Amino acid sequence: MSTYDVKKPSRRAFLSGAAAVGAGVVTSSAARAQTADPLIVEPQEWAQSFGDGVDATPYGLPIEYEGDVIRRNVEWLTADTVSSINFTPIHALDGTITPQGCAFERHHSGAIDLKKRDYRLIINGFVDTPLVFTYEDLERFPRENHVYFCECAANTGMEWAGAQLNGAQFTHGMIHNMEYTGVPLRLLLQEAGYDTAGKWVFVEGADASSNGRSIPMEKALDDVLVAFKANGEALRKEHGYPVRLVVPGWEGNMWVKWIRRIEVTNEPVESREETSKYTDTLEDGTSRKWTWAMDAKSVVTSPSPQAPITHGKGPLVITGLAWSGNGAITRVDVSRDGGKTWETARLAKPGEKMALTRFYLDVDWDGSEMLLQSRAMDETGYVQPTKAQLREVRGLNSIYHNNCIQTWWVRENGEAENVEVS
Amino acid sequence: MSKYLKSLTIALTASCLAAPVMAEKLGLGRAALPAEIAAWDWDINAKGDGLPVGSGDALDGEEIFAEKCAACHGDFAEGIDNWPKLAGGADTLDREDPLKTVGSYWPHLTTAYDYIKRSMPYGNAGTLSDDEVYAIVAYILYSNDLIEDDYVLSDENFMDFEMPNADGFIVDDRAEAEYAIWSGEPCMTDCKDSVEITMRALVLDVTPEFDTNSGATEASVSAAPEATPEPEAPAIDMELAAAGEKVFKKCKSCHQVGEKAKNRSGPVLNGVVGAAAGSVEGFKYSKALRDAAQDGLIWSEAELTAFLAKPKAYLKGTKMSFAGLRKEADQAAVIEYLKTFE
Repeated sequence: MSTYDVKKPSRRAFLSGAAAVGAGVVTSSAARAQTADPLIVEPQEWAQSFGDGVDATPYGLPIEYEGDVIRRNVEWLTADTVSSINFTPIHALDGTITPQGCAFERHHSGAIDLKKRDYRLIINGFVDTPLVFTYEDLERFPRENHVYFCECAANTGMEWAGAQLNGAQFTHGMIHNMEYTGVPLRLLLQEAGYDTAGKWVFVEGADASSNGRSIPMEKALDDVLVAFKANGEALRKEHGYPVRLVVPGWEGNMWVKWIRRIEVTNEPVESREETSKYTDTLEDGTSRKWTWAMDAKSVVTSPSPQAPITHGKGPLVITGLAWSGNGAITRVDVSRDGGKTWETARLAKPGEKMALTRFYLDVDWDGSEMLLQSRAMDETGYVQPTKAQLREVRGLNSIYHNNCIQTWWVRENGEAENVEVS
Repeated sequence: MSKYLKSLTIALTASCLAAPVMAEKLGLGRAALPAEIAAWDWDINAKGDGLPVGSGDALDGEEIFAEKCAACHGDFAEGIDNWPKLAGGADTLDREDPLKTVGSYWPHLTTAYDYIKRSMPYGNAGTLSDDEVYAIVAYILYSNDLIEDDYVLSDENFMDFEMPNADGFIVDDRAEAEYAIWSGEPCMTDCKDSVEITMRALVLDVTPEFDTNSGATEASVSAAPEATPEPEAPAIDMELAAAGEKVFKKCKSCHQVGEKAKNRSGPVLNGVVGAAAGSVEGFKYSKALRDAAQDGLIWSEAELTAFLAKPKAYLKGTKMSFAGLRKEADQAAVIEYLKTFE
């Protein structure tokens, strides 16, 4: 490990840059053409003949030129792809909605093939009448639409010990954000006549892992959804088709896919996934359990190692994502000098509870090195901590729930690298 | 029906609200039968509710573990490659890189029973008898030096057993320990005297390689179907091979096929049909298989069929901890599928 001398953008550069953007002044990097662009002055084939007719792709995929915007796996992380995770290409997306086709996958025993007509959901335990629902039954309950992020508790987990993976996709891509259509779990529990003395529900999936988790009744009655659509269409197989649980703001492991059973209980089961995994070991060796909510977090998605600056100095859009499992994002600050100076970014839309928020900082880049960081704040007043602050409280042996401020070292040539700074 | 109409009316009058209002039940779904609940309701909580009647000791457990678990978790529960280690790690939780195993970390023994019963063995979940689960749990405890090998674990003494890390957990205290200090108006200027890079991801170099700038364009161009099958290649029944691909799911946790295949707990199976046994480079075969290879065993379809039907009967001492493919159709299909990989 070595240290590096880093040039920082001067205060003057920042001010003149801001002024240029504000006044709409043409910057020095504006191109002045010497010869006519053949793409404009020469007739192009696509402007003369035909493109594809309708139905060329009855269900469309992205055009081939976007073929690099895909989920990616880090093979050394797990023993087997059937019990593994991959990463959303957040460095290449904009807005906030994650297309299902590139939204990260996490399976414990593979994405199973479960037909709607074979789907059954049992509600049992402390209820008046244990019930069986079919998929069609679920569609007859009043339903709701909500946009929520789903973040794996292990997102950024590899970064605890230091800067490891070189790309926002790999450091922060265990997250997706979709509009869900589903039935509030509350309504299903009411239908079965749940015992109000029941303190917990135990939820499990139909896959071999079953991935059972205990959820406190208060949350179950609050905003948990039994969802069957995402972004308007059926859930993808890899996201739990035909029915998954949506547990807003809480760690992704609780969002049980292929959900087949919900049991009202008095006690938490303390299953494997809520004791041996997804618990946070502190410096003295004790571990926190039931750390369900994902705290406020943000990351600059571009520029970033997989999304370098290719246009040289001048107008630059710095953008990223922010989210909080404890409410809405209220503010995001961006630093270009590794945390010495901060500027408040523009939110594309006001933050929404437990959903991704897109932020932008439009700057005039002078071509000098940057140490880019972002810092999220949510409606509770919580401020996203640095890695040093997290380590001070939790030590070095933690894995899950790492919501530290991320640093990208952007070089003069526009390339960026994942680094840790003092 | 009247119930439904009534609640529909309520829902309509409240339609300005985002959340649906439902005062009464809709009468949807049907009562679950006791047999249906029994078929799925296997969970066992930390108080021991749900523990089935039964028993087993580590001696029995060792045998079952060797057959059904050791391919991933190792003969001594020490874990192979990236597969979970179930034993060891005592007193490491407060040290650098703690080793978290059933013995060193898990607070409740019930969790082990609950998980093994419902979700193990990997690739064949939920097939263990209650006594087998008791025996396996006993073997895991034994592997962690927590019981003697003749200690009989049962539903009667299960809850008496205290796990070493039983008191090692606290309920989420972030509200007090963190939220209180990480709130309020953050610093905006002159927040640090100096900034230095202390660690770089590129130095570690553990990031997978990836294409930017549409690698897909080239791929799609070069994928023009030019290759014609070689005339002398034996005809493969593609329908049967497709059926075999499904059967192969049972093999996939240990064996890989295809271009990027690597040895896992089982060897790569490209070209195995018709090949000399024990010939995959870099794979550590069992002594039994090495001996068979020396005797000139060739994996003809007939030999493979016999092996796949009952691996341990066919080759005593094989490392392959797989019960076998009982159906002849499955055996034929999976062999046909394997033929598609050269």
